[in-house]
Amino acid sequence: MSDKLPIVIIGLGNEFRGDDAVGLFIARRVRDKKLPGVRVIEGVSDGTTLIETWHKSRATVLIDCVASGAAAGKIHRFDALSEKIPEKFFPAYSTHAFSITEAVGLAETIGRLPAHLLVYGVEGRNFETGVGMSDKVKTAAEKVTELILKDIEKFQ
Amino acid sequence: MKNKTIKVDYLARVEGEGRLFVKIKNDVVTEAQFGIFEPPRFFEAFLRGRKFTEAPDITARICGICPVAYQMSSTHAMESICGVKIEGQLRELRRLLYCGEWIESHALHIYLLHAPDFLGYEDAIRMAKDYPDVVKQALELKKIGNEIMILLGGREIHPINVRVGGFYKVPTKKELEKFIDPLKWALDASLKTVELTAGFPFPDLERDYECVSLRHPDEYPLCEGNIVSNKGIDIDISKFLDYFEEQHVEHSTSLHAVVKERDDYLVGPLARYNNNFDKLPKVARDAAKKAGLGKTCNNPFKSIIVRAVETVFACHEALRIIENYKMPDKPYVEVTPREGVGHGVSEAPRGSLYHRYKIDNNGVIKDARIIPPTSQNQKAVEKDLRQFVEKNLHLSDSKLTWQCEQVIRNYDPCISCSCHFLKLNIERE
Repeated sequence: MSDKLPIVIIGLGNEFRGDDAVGLFIARRVRDKKLPGVRVIEGVSDGTTLIETWHKSRATVLIDCVASGAAAGKIHRFDALSEKIPEKFFPAYSTHAFSITEAVGLAETIGRLPAHLLVYGVEGRNFETGVGMSDKVKTAAEKVTELILKDIEKFQ
Repeated sequence: MKNKTIKVDYLARVEGEGRLFVKIKNDVVTEAQFGIFEPPRFFEAFLRGRKFTEAPDITARICGICPVAYQMSSTHAMESICGVKIEGQLRELRRLLYCGEWIESHALHIYLLHAPDFLGYEDAIRMAKDYPDVVKQALELKKIGNEIMILLGGREIHPINVRVGGFYKVPTKKELEKFIDPLKWALDASLKTVELTAGFPFPDLERDYECVSLRHPDEYPLCEGNIVSNKGIDIDISKFLDYFEEQHVEHSTSLHAVVKERDDYLVGPLARYNNNFDKLPKVARDAAKKAGLGKTCNNPFKSIIVRAVETVFACHEALRIIENYKMPDKPYVEVTPREGVGHGVSEAPRGSLYHRYKIDNNGVIKDARIIPPTSQNQKAVEKDLRQFVEKNLHLSDSKLTWQCEQVIRNYDPCISCSCHFLKLNIERE
């Protein structure tokens, strides 16, 4: 049964806020590969939607831009099932919506985590209004795309 | 005789950034403020100079939770200017899309934002430890609403499939029929939600609200009807600004709205329910009666039950539309621009959303005005706070603060939606 579930790639971010677009950019690069059994989603309305989306997946990979204080373009990779993601990477940004870490916590409580859940964070620098990512973030985006393609191969 | 200050700098479990401030002197509330400090967002200014066809996509960005409300109010306003009325299956599909938004938004608020208040938890994550099945039911219900929005809206967030005149693409009968079984489950889950919420402990608070909502002769209102109130208003939506006005108050970046020459009023589930109980389907009326609700309800804490009753309605309505659906030949009606002023009001999950546009013969927007439900409710929220605190001064500070937050969450406020006002607009008016 679980073999029939898709591998889900979710890119998060705002494409009109500089480097924050990186999650969407990577998701589109993966979508362009047209891999069988892979579902690519750009953005979700809130954290609870993440739970229902990854619950129906064989494996889920989330990608978002982060501002943890590291150098621009640094790639962070977390296996959300075996390690706790430090709050500084995905803080509760809203009083209303659930953050990634909160969504993982809630899903764990009610048993709705997928068999594999990877979270990539790409360190951003420019979050001003406007389209276009920094060079270092663009380079990192290419690397993360390659890493995710390898992850997908493992999950297939 | 007590002096006391209740202060919450960042309200949790509401959309956007707001604060609460109540000052009590000698057991009398001297100030009760629902402060909104999100920066204004200038959407009305963005709209000027854009084509009339862009309004649904631009205004949908105002809110991630209720984009459909913005699309519906703006398309109806534009169509009224251009002399077009959308009928038949396209009208039904709009209602279906709106049902999806109601199911998603109400499920989120009832279970994940509001229920923890009644069950004594700080948030839904802690509540889930003791009520895992309730949270699972919430997520499933919310997902069904979300999937209707994805199918008709075109993507996960920021729907792009709605246009002035209809849709860019309409679903096949087969695509919609996939929702029949999930919606039957959702209807049953909503009925259980009414039962569950009816069992919550409700603080005692009754107010003689002026309830304002749409009312339509044939249906529970979503996109069409007159604006009515239980205190005598019954007007065409084009008269909205003759009866209601916005006022600036120092502590809020959202304008407060009042009924002219009267005072505060209420929009949202309670107001809709009180004005339209007779238009609910029997299944929803029966559920309300079983839950102990009368034909009207004036305890704002019980809005959680009314939201559940409205979720029953939304699931029932969605099923009715899908079962009778015939795919239209064309997904939209041609709309040719002409100079004029038009109005649109639709019922967002949290209350009536008013749009007014002026366009020229080329369809360029010359002026826009948007009055969202949360700004309309601000004054009512503050009056609730004042009355509630005065009656409950005996409570401990922590309990009183908690219940004051709950008073605000009764409204499911969408603060980000509400604070888009721009000083220029006021001067223009």
